[in-house]
Amino acid sequence: MNCISLKNVSYKYPYTEEFALQELNYAFETGKCYGIIGANGSGKTTFCNLLRGMIPHFFEGDLTGDVLIEGKDVRNWDSNLLSTKIGYIFQNPFTQISGIKDTVFEEIALGLENLGVEKEELIDRVIEVVKLLKLEQLIKKNPNNLSGGQKQRVAFASIIAMNNDILVIDEPTSQLDPESTAEIFAIINLLKEQGKTIFLVEHKVDLIAEYSDEVIVLKDGRITLSGSTLDVLSNIELLQMGVMLPQAAMLSYDMQKADEAFDTIAITKSQVIEQIKQRVGV
Amino acid sequence: MEAIELKNVSFAYPDGHVANEELNLIIKKGERVAIVGQNGAGKTTAVKLMNGLNKPTNGDVFINGVNTKAQTTAQTSAYVGYVFQNPDDQIFNSNVQKEIEYMLHYLKLDAQEIERRVSRVVELTGIEGYLNMNPFDVPYSIRKFVTIAMVLALETPYIILDEPTAGQDLHGIQTLTNLLDRLQEEGKCVITITHDMEFVADNFTRVITMANKRIIADDSARNTFWSAEILKEARLKKPQIGEISEELGMDGNIIYRHELVELLNKK
Repeated sequence: MNCISLKNVSYKYPYTEEFALQELNYAFETGKCYGIIGANGSGKTTFCNLLRGMIPHFFEGDLTGDVLIEGKDVRNWDSNLLSTKIGYIFQNPFTQISGIKDTVFEEIALGLENLGVEKEELIDRVIEVVKLLKLEQLIKKNPNNLSGGQKQRVAFASIIAMNNDILVIDEPTSQLDPESTAEIFAIINLLKEQGKTIFLVEHKVDLIAEYSDEVIVLKDGRITLSGSTLDVLSNIELLQMGVMLPQAAMLSYDMQKADEAFDTIAITKSQVIEQIKQRVGV
Repeated sequence: MEAIELKNVSFAYPDGHVANEELNLIIKKGERVAIVGQNGAGKTTAVKLMNGLNKPTNGDVFINGVNTKAQTTAQTSAYVGYVFQNPDDQIFNSNVQKEIEYMLHYLKLDAQEIERRVSRVVELTGIEGYLNMNPFDVPYSIRKFVTIAMVLALETPYIILDEPTAGQDLHGIQTLTNLLDRLQEEGKCVITITHDMEFVADNFTRVITMANKRIIADDSARNTFWSAEILKEARLKKPQIGEISEELGMDGNIIYRHELVELLNKK
């Protein structure tokens, strides 16, 4: 089933001449993880705003074409209902933290509180998320006093608590150390296993290679490349679109130059290790 | 001595939370240093001690031989420029050009000097196309370069970049790499906090590792990434090329792709 479909979608922000998004066509299937990549300024964050209905419900401007969310035109969705359907994790965790709550626990509960969730259920859900994200040590702390990486994990927790079917995640690990990054991706994987649809904007293509089912590449507001993660991330033309190839793919290409061509270019660590073992016999 | 020197430095926040313990360190003018470690290890607190935003609870911090305790933060920051982790903490003017010029007017520099400095830092950070925009309207990654430009315009001998790689694309990483090279050529000292291990391997020879409020290692990138002990204690990862080399059982403590390709081609 398609959860979101785009048909000839173009968009201009108010008071601007240039299109921020142009002629987008794509059918996103329920339960898949989509990696969204592209150079800065290519339209990734605007694309996220479109997917979660902030365009046109919050951002005015000029939207043409059809955005169908579960078959229904985004313009006809009630924006409150939409926010319970689609969760959004901001790029900058400093923006997401409300600043009005005194403890991490209350911060995570804020969204549920606004939905009018019963106190008992609210506490249960917050505790569940706290355990999942290993935030036990932080729950009594003031969110404003946390480090950048800790804030990012709390921001993530406050959205997970909402239990949305669709999650739009804009660079969830930009401020995180390698171990916390791995933990966040383990959770993204878990959400995927729960059947959630995930849109993931991420510069770390090594991680996109491991976790996405399909990849969309944006350039100047257009989809310039899309398809299976393997096809997209092994395409050397990505470099011209301002996107790095995974380390594994670069290694695979380098090994290929030194010898005959591989059938496929590896994009993940395990793939390239296998490839090298077969080639060199180490 | 022209250096940043930390002697037995500890720091606790007013609420009693201890963030740094017994830091000992000398970073000389002209050096290029990466600081790595887990979130909450005390990296940002430590660099704020270097530019006078934090004053040590115990021990002393010397900038070119002068104790930061004997100076105001403004006096210390004339030597040590600091680019905040969150660019929004550092921005308040109505356009990017004004933002960069703001401190230069405050320092009462003449118009010609202001123009020279602004054009230099705009070129270094590649933000030519954004000068007339409101800083809050430019993308996060560019906003980061705006704050870097603001600090570089002060022409301090020491510059601290707090997670400049966060949210940067291929072009942004290349701009940062060129920036580091240029600043080093000019004899500046650049101290960079980052979680990007590939960026560390590619750009830094000296790596300071922090864990649990302390400095646990101060070594080359290669030695740092091939020390199982350091990686475990600071919960770091090797650059992926290092991990691949390890799993293949290759010798030579590899951290670069070309090293691995050369070795494999010999097989």
